[in-house]
Amino acid sequence: MTVAGATRFVVPESHRVTARRRLAALVMGVLLGAATLLAASLLVVIIGYVVVRGLPALNLAFFTDRPRPFGVEGGGVAPAILGSLEMGAIAALIAVPIGLGAAIFASEYRAGRWAGAVRFCAELIAGLPSVAVGVFVWAFLVRSVIGSYAGVAGALALAVIMIPIVARTVEEVLRLVPSGLREAGLALGAPRWRVILMIVLPTARAGIVTAVVLAVARAAGETAPLMLTALGNVFFNFDPLRPMAALPLQIYQYAVSPYDDWHAKAWGSSLVLVAAIAVLAVSLRLVTRSRSR
Amino acid sequence: MITLRRPEAGPAVPAEPTPHGRRANAIRVEHLDAYYGTHRAIGGVTFDVAAGTVTAIIGPSGCGKSTLVRCINRMHEVTPGAYARGSVFVGDVDVYSPYADPVAVRSIVGMVFQKPNPFPMMSVYENVAAGPRLRGWRLSRREMDDLVERNLLRAALWDEVKDKLHRSGAALSGGQQQRLCIARALATGPSVLLMDEPCSALDPIATYRIEELMRELSREVTIVIVTHNMQQASRVSEFTAFLLAGEDGVGRLVEFGTTEELFTTPKDERTEAYITGRFG
Ligand SMILES: Nc1ncnc2c1ncn2[C@@H]1O[C@H](COP(=O)(O)OP(=O)(O)OP(=O)(O)O)[C@@H](O)[C@H]1O
Ligand SMILES: [Mg+2]
Repeated sequence: MTVAGATRFVVPESHRVTARRRLAALVMGVLLGAATLLAASLLVVIIGYVVVRGLPALNLAFFTDRPRPFGVEGGGVAPAILGSLEMGAIAALIAVPIGLGAAIFASEYRAGRWAGAVRFCAELIAGLPSVAVGVFVWAFLVRSVIGSYAGVAGALALAVIMIPIVARTVEEVLRLVPSGLREAGLALGAPRWRVILMIVLPTARAGIVTAVVLAVARAAGETAPLMLTALGNVFFNFDPLRPMAALPLQIYQYAVSPYDDWHAKAWGSSLVLVAAIAVLAVSLRLVTRSRSR
Repeated sequence: MITLRRPEAGPAVPAEPTPHGRRANAIRVEHLDAYYGTHRAIGGVTFDVAAGTVTAIIGPSGCGKSTLVRCINRMHEVTPGAYARGSVFVGDVDVYSPYADPVAVRSIVGMVFQKPNPFPMMSVYENVAAGPRLRGWRLSRREMDDLVERNLLRAALWDEVKDKLHRSGAALSGGQQQRLCIARALATGPSVLLMDEPCSALDPIATYRIEELMRELSREVTIVIVTHNMQQASRVSEFTAFLLAGEDGVGRLVEFGTTEELFTTPKDERTEAYITGRFG
């Protein structure tokens, strides 16, 4: 018996690599790879196509001018950009505190049944078709209270769509905060609300920002709830009590028109919307990352 | 001074002589039962901890050591469904009086956990300052600087971190993190420090430093330490409590005495069996 290689390991039958196992692994690998590739390429194709079709429509006037009637040269979508920003901001101001509050309640105050009820409501609202949200706001705000289509009604509809996204995503994020940190805070003699404000939320900061970006991005692209609430506007308007333009509305209006020039502008607007969301997501990511170093 | 009881509630600590003579009690635990829902984790635990001493709590895994120390600062009830019956006095504060605010109780009883848990998004400085800030103390910049320095010195960490006060607390070594947690717990000036297996995640040198630190600190702060390590108990503590779960799964105090007595001439045969490694 030699020392080196003295022991020959015997692999039992059940543990041997067989041709069948090799094949199964290969097939699974190929299928999963193909699915990943398909998903990734879809994203690249869509964004690539929007860029290719949208870029030619972009010029300075596109960002500074208001839409012109067909036949008039030039014009832009500035009111829609500003309207989307204003309604997005109002919607975020409404939705973020409510969504955050609901998430904190459900995750930090283990209020048993009540936390479950909050979660259930969030699921239900998230499951509502966005056009139904629009109809609801139209019936209760536009038709009765305000008496006209209005930017604030659009913002409210967007807020309703954002709240469950913020609530559910933030709740998940808060659950990832180690409970040891909460205990450490409580053991220092802090009341629970201070522990939440000074320890739990700062620890989850990056995730909370992501949740807000996700909600804003989703709301920024919504068209249906705005049709019945903000309506759209070809003029500059900052008054939230009057009809307001928004990028998705503008895209829709241009896209269903019969004119090539307007189709080009629809592509241009789509590009602006996609780019704005991307810039928002990336910049907030960078900000939170550099702060946490 | 924090008043946790209404004055008319009378003296919280009965005016009996203390069992261990010379020193006043820092903690008195009386007929303490602790439950997780319907499960009773510890039952009928009674003992006294003399002020300015280190008291070790030993016993096999699952006998309720953590539960017991968490009852002393009312952290037990933070677990959903958990509650305690019986009484605990810290100094002259009746911890389980209906008038006692758990938040105020925790401000006189500090706690150090098994796993070092500095707040990861805070710097070393902010970690020490966290307690005062979490309690809403209004301190000037200078006062806070002093407080941070003083407590890092008390935790024997100052020399190692004085040049990186504003780096993340999570960037320290495990042993340094645990001393940071001790500094954090000391910063609010507790009279009692509870330590639940503070060295079990540390190497022998880091463990040695923390044991040394405990002996230092016990002059000013009463320490209760849970440990699995009987050498550690005999090295650092003056008194030892031996806890054991019975057939019914309820942890009970089997023996309490000076560490020397308990390890050399145990009165109970179960204690003897445990310390000689025959079970547990
Ligand atoms: N969160 C909880 N919910 C329900 N039961 C629990 C919980 N924590 C502990 N227990 C039970 O209480 C008993 C005592 O647990 P405890 O953690 O106090 O033991 P221990 O002595 O600290 O053990 P170890 O040495 O392993 O840390 C155990 O039977 C355990 O199953
Ligand atoms: Mg334990």
